[in-house]
Amino acid sequence: MITLDSVRFHWPAQSEPVISIDSFSVERGERVFLKGPSGSGKTTLLSLITAIVSPQQGTIAVDGKLLNTLRGSQRDQFRVDHMGLVFQQFNLLPFLSIHDNVTLPCRFSKRRTLRATDSGNTLKTEADRLLNAMQLSASELNNRPVSDLSVGQQQRVAVARALIGKPPLIIADEPTSALDTDTRDAFIDLLFKEASSANCTLLFVSHDAGLATRFDRSVDLAAINTVSASSPVQGGTT
Amino acid sequence: MISIAWRSICNRWATALLAVLAIAMSVALILTVEKTRRDARNSFTQTVSGTDLIIGARSGSVQLLLYSVFRIGSATNNVSWESVEAIQKRSAIKWTIPISLGDSHRGYRVLGTTLDYFTHYRYGDKQPLSLTAGDVFDDVFDAVIGSEVARELGYQVGDNIVVAHGTGDVALVEHDKQPFRVSGVLAPTGTPVDQAIHVSLTGIEAMHIDWRNGAPVKGASTPADAIRAMDLQPTAVTALLVGLKSRATVFREQRAINTYREEPLLAILPGVALQELWRLVRVAELALMIVSVCVVLAGLVNLMSVLLAGLSERRREMAVLRSTGARPAHIFLLLCIESLVLTLAGIVAGLVLHYVLTGIGAIIIRQQFGLSIALTAPHTNDLKILLAITAAGFIAGTLPALQAYRKSLADGLSQRL
Repeated sequence: MITLDSVRFHWPAQSEPVISIDSFSVERGERVFLKGPSGSGKTTLLSLITAIVSPQQGTIAVDGKLLNTLRGSQRDQFRVDHMGLVFQQFNLLPFLSIHDNVTLPCRFSKRRTLRATDSGNTLKTEADRLLNAMQLSASELNNRPVSDLSVGQQQRVAVARALIGKPPLIIADEPTSALDTDTRDAFIDLLFKEASSANCTLLFVSHDAGLATRFDRSVDLAAINTVSASSPVQGGTT
Repeated sequence: MISIAWRSICNRWATALLAVLAIAMSVALILTVEKTRRDARNSFTQTVSGTDLIIGARSGSVQLLLYSVFRIGSATNNVSWESVEAIQKRSAIKWTIPISLGDSHRGYRVLGTTLDYFTHYRYGDKQPLSLTAGDVFDDVFDAVIGSEVARELGYQVGDNIVVAHGTGDVALVEHDKQPFRVSGVLAPTGTPVDQAIHVSLTGIEAMHIDWRNGAPVKGASTPADAIRAMDLQPTAVTALLVGLKSRATVFREQRAINTYREEPLLAILPGVALQELWRLVRVAELALMIVSVCVVLAGLVNLMSVLLAGLSERRREMAVLRSTGARPAHIFLLLCIESLVLTLAGIVAGLVLHYVLTGIGAIIIRQQFGLSIALTAPHTNDLKILLAITAAGFIAGTLPALQAYRKSLADGLSQRL
């Protein structure tokens, strides 16, 4: 699903590389936990995989597509067609309803709209289904503004949005760091359940090593990224 | 995209409302200025249709035009009756309307004239005057009143009115010895005719019979019947409206009157004098227009600043949109749509405000100047202005949009705050 080969990357304004990965890959259907301390280049790596930035050297392939062969707008289209993204927090647009937040990627991706509705569901019923699966009762929540939701509920809405239209890859960047332990565990349970029922590959990034055991595989970024250990912390990473 | 833009605006309704309000006020101002200018011109032009020459004592042509037709200001001198008769005898002249001003009734001008006034005077699109009630004056003490005089003072045919000397609102000396009787009421014209009280030239003379040197003679009181029996030949009039048999002779006639040897006279072509008037007021018009354009620009700059200021607090929103598949081009479009929606909302609100303002303004202008301002659909000129404002609003939105575009490219999907 994801293949990195001899990837070197430095931010344009700096000469020191922040990412230097000889080889890293994620298999289709795998659930991978990517851990690393702050500043180890996690966010930069995600920017590379999501084709926000391009490496100066090496190649990255996602879902069989070499990212460096894509132009700017093609990258945007590829990203929304093939990836569902969940961030640490503030995933939702406060002025859209919960439903509209969930179906937002379908506004920009025909492919995901088609896949969301290929079972005969309308977008709305598909969004309802996903929200229900995320244990958010649609009837109870639907008319409430997004800002009324708790952080845990907001993160679950974000997962429902990442899953709509069954993108092959789900990337979650510290999705649980704003949650308390109980909510966190319940959140990961739901994420796993729905990701596997949608046959999604999951790349889960966190600094919280305690979660690692629940995944198929755990990767320490510091181990594969040969620059991170010795280099000073570079800008653009969190 | 439009629904996202719309809901995003609704989310920030307070600042959006202020931006819309600023644009609305500027739009209302520019439309009102434009309409006032246009209607004032129209109204002035409509007041003198069909008159080929206006003749008065020698003064400025604009001054003559203003006091003879629009009753603004007053005459410096009169035209002697001998000259009037000499002019009337000229072969090229079809009709003449003598006008004698200088008296008033409760703030409304009294205009002495002949019956030719009702036959030959034209306003608007060469429309003749018509009466809604009664008849034209027949007796020395008959008066035909304009529609507004009738409405404002509540006069009907048969009522008696007392005329005062001078043209102020409150006249100290009244010609109360010789009350006039309303014989007819004219239909509304939207011109100063509506504000005039028309009496015969002999009526004007009759009012002044017991007066010497501008003051009433003490104890003198000539009964009305005695006055009727007198030979009341006017000695002078204020101005003379002239219609020619052929317009082709207008410049020859004008020259002939301007070089009349017996008395210094001035003949003007109303159209030419109006042009001169427009040249005079053009500076003021231009100043008003510049101010209105500046206000519109201020509104648009405000719109731009609202959008720009919003960007930094909306970075998160942009990042969410980007992470769910919106391209930087979408972000650009979003901002452009927002500025367009706000501008259009401002224009609609401005139009409403404009009609409210003109509705109120029309009443005031009618009362003050007798000029009618009708509520009409936007003129093509207005539409051009509105189109230009829309385009300017769209352009004003492109700068924040470009900014958002660049930021969203640079920020990527990250949620930096």
